[in-house]
Amino acid sequence: MTSDLDIFVGNTTLIDEEVYQLWLDGYTVSEAVSRRLRGGLLERSGTSVSVLQSDTRDHFRTFQMLERLLHSPPRLCQQLLFQIPPPRQAALIQGYYAFEPALARELLGKKLSKGTKKELDEVSARTGLSLRACRRQFDNFKRVFKAVEELKGPLAELIQQHFLLPPPLARDYAAIVFFANSRFETGKRRLQFLSFGDLAACAQHMMGHWTQGAMTPEAAEPDGDVPRSFLQDLKELKVLVSDKDLLDQHKSLVCSALRGKISVYNEMETNFKALSRALVNVGLKLPHPRDVRDFFVDLVEKVLDPCRSDHWSLGDLRLFLGSYTTAPRALGGFRHQLLWERYMAGISACLLRMYHE
Amino acid sequence: MPGKLKVKIVAGRHLPVMDRASDLTDAFVEVKFGNTTFKTDVYPKSLNPQWNSEWFKFEVDDEELQDEPLQITVLDHDTYSANDAIGKVYIDIDPLLYSEAATVISGWFPIYDTIHGIRGEINVVVKVDLFNDLNRFRQSSCGVKFFCTTSIPKCYRAVIIHGFVEELVVNEDPEYQWIDRIRTPRASNEARQRLISLMSGELQRKIGLKVLEMRGNAVVGYLQCFDLEGESGLVVRAIGTVCTLDKLSNTSAFLPACNSPSKEMKESPLVHPPSHGCRSTHNSPIHTATGSRLTQNFSVSVPTLIYTGMGSGSAGKEGGPFKTLLRQQTQSALEQREFPFFTLTTFPPGFLVHVGGVVSARSVKLLDRIHNPDEPETRDAWWAEIRQEIKSHAKALGCHAVVGYSESTSICEEVCILSASGTAAVLNPRFLQDGTVEGCLEQRIEEASPPGCGFCHIPYDELNMPFPAHLTYCYNCRKQKVPDVLFTTIDLPVEAIVIGKGCLIQARLCRLKKKAQAEANATSISNLLPFMEYEVHTQLMNKLKLRGMNALFGLRIQITVGENMLMGLASATGVYLAALPTPGGIQIAGKTPNDGTYEQHISHMQKKINDTIAKNKELYEINPPELPEEIIGSPIPEPRQRSRLLRSQSESSDEVTELDLSHGKKDAFVLEIDDTDAMEDVHSLLTDAPPPSGFYSCNTEIMPGISNWTPEIQMFTAVRVSRLGNINLTNQTLNKNFNDLCENLLKSLYFKLRSMVPCCLCHVNFTVALPEDELVQIAVTAVAITFDKNQTLQANKAPTEKSQQRASTDNEEQLQFPLELCPDPLASQPSLPAKEVLEGATSQTGIPAAQRDRCNSWIELIKLKAQTIRRGSIKTTASLDKTSPLAEGYLRHRSVPSCTNSTVSVVKMTPLSFLPGAKITKYLGIINMFFIRETTSLREEGGVSGFLHAFIAEVFAMVRAHVAALGGNAVVSYIMKQCVFMENPNKNQAQCLINVSGDAVIFVRESELEMLPVQPSTVVSQPTSSGGDVTT
Repeated sequence: MTSDLDIFVGNTTLIDEEVYQLWLDGYTVSEAVSRRLRGGLLERSGTSVSVLQSDTRDHFRTFQMLERLLHSPPRLCQQLLFQIPPPRQAALIQGYYAFEPALARELLGKKLSKGTKKELDEVSARTGLSLRACRRQFDNFKRVFKAVEELKGPLAELIQQHFLLPPPLARDYAAIVFFANSRFETGKRRLQFLSFGDLAACAQHMMGHWTQGAMTPEAAEPDGDVPRSFLQDLKELKVLVSDKDLLDQHKSLVCSALRGKISVYNEMETNFKALSRALVNVGLKLPHPRDVRDFFVDLVEKVLDPCRSDHWSLGDLRLFLGSYTTAPRALGGFRHQLLWERYMAGISACLLRMYHE
Repeated sequence: MPGKLKVKIVAGRHLPVMDRASDLTDAFVEVKFGNTTFKTDVYPKSLNPQWNSEWFKFEVDDEELQDEPLQITVLDHDTYSANDAIGKVYIDIDPLLYSEAATVISGWFPIYDTIHGIRGEINVVVKVDLFNDLNRFRQSSCGVKFFCTTSIPKCYRAVIIHGFVEELVVNEDPEYQWIDRIRTPRASNEARQRLISLMSGELQRKIGLKVLEMRGNAVVGYLQCFDLEGESGLVVRAIGTVCTLDKLSNTSAFLPACNSPSKEMKESPLVHPPSHGCRSTHNSPIHTATGSRLTQNFSVSVPTLIYTGMGSGSAGKEGGPFKTLLRQQTQSALEQREFPFFTLTTFPPGFLVHVGGVVSARSVKLLDRIHNPDEPETRDAWWAEIRQEIKSHAKALGCHAVVGYSESTSICEEVCILSASGTAAVLNPRFLQDGTVEGCLEQRIEEASPPGCGFCHIPYDELNMPFPAHLTYCYNCRKQKVPDVLFTTIDLPVEAIVIGKGCLIQARLCRLKKKAQAEANATSISNLLPFMEYEVHTQLMNKLKLRGMNALFGLRIQITVGENMLMGLASATGVYLAALPTPGGIQIAGKTPNDGTYEQHISHMQKKINDTIAKNKELYEINPPELPEEIIGSPIPEPRQRSRLLRSQSESSDEVTELDLSHGKKDAFVLEIDDTDAMEDVHSLLTDAPPPSGFYSCNTEIMPGISNWTPEIQMFTAVRVSRLGNINLTNQTLNKNFNDLCENLLKSLYFKLRSMVPCCLCHVNFTVALPEDELVQIAVTAVAITFDKNQTLQANKAPTEKSQQRASTDNEEQLQFPLELCPDPLASQPSLPAKEVLEGATSQTGIPAAQRDRCNSWIELIKLKAQTIRRGSIKTTASLDKTSPLAEGYLRHRSVPSCTNSTVSVVKMTPLSFLPGAKITKYLGIINMFFIRETTSLREEGGVSGFLHAFIAEVFAMVRAHVAALGGNAVVSYIMKQCVFMENPNKNQAQCLINVSGDAVIFVRESELEMLPVQPSTVVSQPTSSGGDVTT
């Protein structure tokens, strides 16, 4: 005897968190059933496999119906079809928008396009995530990206508002959108040691320090882009390395400030000019879309690697960046104090986050 | 022109994209009532239009207000082609027509399309200005309140319970009109939805008129159903119980009146000889069709069974003169009524005097033989016939009333089975009649039967029993006779003394039938019916004994007819009534006792059965006190001697006498295994798995033995359609499949709800349909309620104490009744003390129990009276205290809407008449909705499961939205009356019709009530009267 039709509808929509996770992970009904069996559910509740199958199918069907609403979380809260208590709604949304950092790491800086979506099977193989889960997460990124693309204001808050995500998750999505906008290269082998968390933190620092949202709340441009004016202005910083006098003065100011305070003083003194050139050049490349992708590569290869080979400690780096940033205040011929410090605040925060194995 | 209906269309949201090019919609709204239509402006290019329309005003007469639904259609404007419909909202404005219910309907309604389902929402405000006072409305019946609840609604008291009301309207089914060939499925569905809505309105209005004629002001236990007869038409019929209700806040004014018994209804036809029945029997199973019935159209009347218990004939023996007198009086009153039926299942204490047993009648009709299909006369005659039969069955049981009455149909092609069932009972005329003489008499009778067991005492004459049965003296009062088993269709009376917990008991049965046409078909069906009834009954009895219980409540037997089979499903809640004897065990007897291995097998089975009984007793905590033993030793004649003879109904063999079971002193119920069928039966007995630990289930309102409910509830509907093998079907395999289907369904419910443990599934309601050959559809609606385990444990220690406690606290009805229905001490008195008093008195005087009747000794009577009056007064005060928090509810409900801050307010739904841990403060009107959903892209919508899952979710959503718009936060007595599902997978199509109803209410959590300071009751009444405008 086969059941053609088998449904259960509660006045309050019944959600099993375990089954929801299995669904999110992209399992099919039968895979989910065997997983649940392995979990020992049968023994605990003394039921039969057919009951478990029917239950799983039912939940999956509910989730499929909910999925449409989950694409637009505020609708989930307003809709009348499923009566779900608000804490449950929040949990559903959070679960649906949660993503695997490994996957996000793979996609950072890539265009969220159909082409990328087609490559997801490779990503799936590398990360061990099911293709379905990859697709869902990719679609989430893309949906969030599209939703805030045209909007003005602080990115994380916009995302929180439109997708009702908890603040940390909204900040991660902001980072993803930021990367998708800026298209920094992150896939190079040299950069593999950076986790999604590192890069997301960098993105947040850059947005925090550089984008207009950070400066004026009612910004004219979306937050995901670093404002053009700021990037254009960065050219002004060139004097710091092109003007020999300024470079020397800068160096002596930093040296005098750090003498005796850092363990790698000599190495620092030796490398100062190279480091300074690298730090400023990174900024000079930012206005050129084609060069911008090298941002992280440059930081790693030209700043962090030399430091690392000289065995700088994180503290050394922090002290160095601190005085390197503030020293130009005493530079007579340098007039772009504010710009410089805004730029360096972002760069320093990124470097400090990235300085690890 | 007595009314002005005002409608305002505020806004829409989440509309579907109707213009692919722009991904937007140019929406406008048509508002239609009767023949008048208004339109809003087009709100261009938006999925969230803000129309903010003016007030559209319809000036209509009240008849139209009652019949017509308000019809709101959302359309997409199209300059070049016809405007596309997005969807519709039908709003029943009936709740606005009586003063105490809602005053405004305002809120977001799902926009529903029969092809696409819900497509966005629309915000609407509806008001009605009635120009005249209620008296003018007598031509229509505005102002009559309707309740689906089958008990007196919580915030009302019954002044008079008038009795039965029924009505039926017929129309041509739009699906079968010629025009259906050329119109779209959408148009056809909408025509049907609208027609049923209109017919429901008309039906309700007509019933309202009858209510006014009977001088009532409300219909309680209103049950409306529709029959899709196909070619011969579409029938909407309803039954209910007419009452005069008073809002509880006015209590003080009515209290004095209540003291005199004369207040109650005049015409009610009740008789109150003491009676209880308990045992089911077959009353000559076949009255085959008589010639006269066949005159107009083919019809076969099917034998009716009377399930009853037998009572010892206290009637015969005792107080002859009084009884006869009473009987005559009530009888004459009864006779004035055509049908002394009550659709209620729960009654004010004291109302139900004795219960005789279940009475049912079925009849097979051929729909294509109706002479005037468009006229209701033929169907009226059919039902009248059946009701007459029910009435005569009740009479045979010495009862003049039927309670817990319901009617149903099962239709397959042109064959229709009409069924009616109820519980024969003797009611207290105090609620129905005038007259001081009677008052005295009754009072005496009542005193003789303590409320805890009184209803179990047999109503019929012991010497003239309608069927063979086995009587003993009541185990509670020792005074009157009780049957050994009692079957009823009502809820467990609150005052009943129950030992242990109850459980859901089901009998399931399939019978193959040859495919046949017309008369041959009807004849074969009606030939099968008595056997099915009999078997269902035997199964119920066996399962009841297997659980060590002795009474069934809420019995509902559904017989469904299909092309090639009949299915029977009976559900009931088994309990152990302290008043009835301990059930005997089940004894298996082999046919060939000489065969050694066979013998072994039998004894093995016997052991299994015995073990199961023992386990069940433990599981359901059935530990009857041993106390009866001592009393039995006293002058009561040994009841057991007689019993064996009366057992004959089941297949007991001659050896029975030899077999005695370890299960107590009662004689065992014997199953003779003489063929494989019987073997199967025994096996199937044992396959019913008990619910997993932490779960209980019942199909009644309250679970006996559990009283400490916590507020968490989960109402659900589950539907399964299964294909039963294809070839070589035999009755046995069918039975097994059907049994497995039900058991698996229950199992999966327990599994799904496991997170709520400990919990109880209440009001479990199964409906079976046979939509096609070999397809069985089962739909279950129930509510899971959690309870507090710790308290249960405590309660278990003192079961009797608990049951009394329950009588006064558990059920809110009780709180009210003692208060209003006059401090008649006996009615509300806790049963146990009364029993003790009785026993004490008799033992002192040394009068043999057999002669202990009410007229025995005036001295005793006076003593008793003194006792009870004292108790009564105490009781009354207690209940007064109790009611004060209830009254606060009225104050409190103001704050309810504001409490629900979240975007969508939560609406609870339950098939029960109450919400645990909450007080219902206001009834907002009846919800009665009918929907059709159809698809031509079944696969794309997730197959049949996806389609029906979405549809049921949509139905819930629409019910909730209507309740919320009325200002309510719950639906009680919710019922899915029909779920007709048809599929055609080859064409990728499916269609489903669902009819649901319930009462929209406002409730307040008890915990919130407690936080309020106690208010004097005078203050309370003010907010109540003004409550209407608060609930926006």
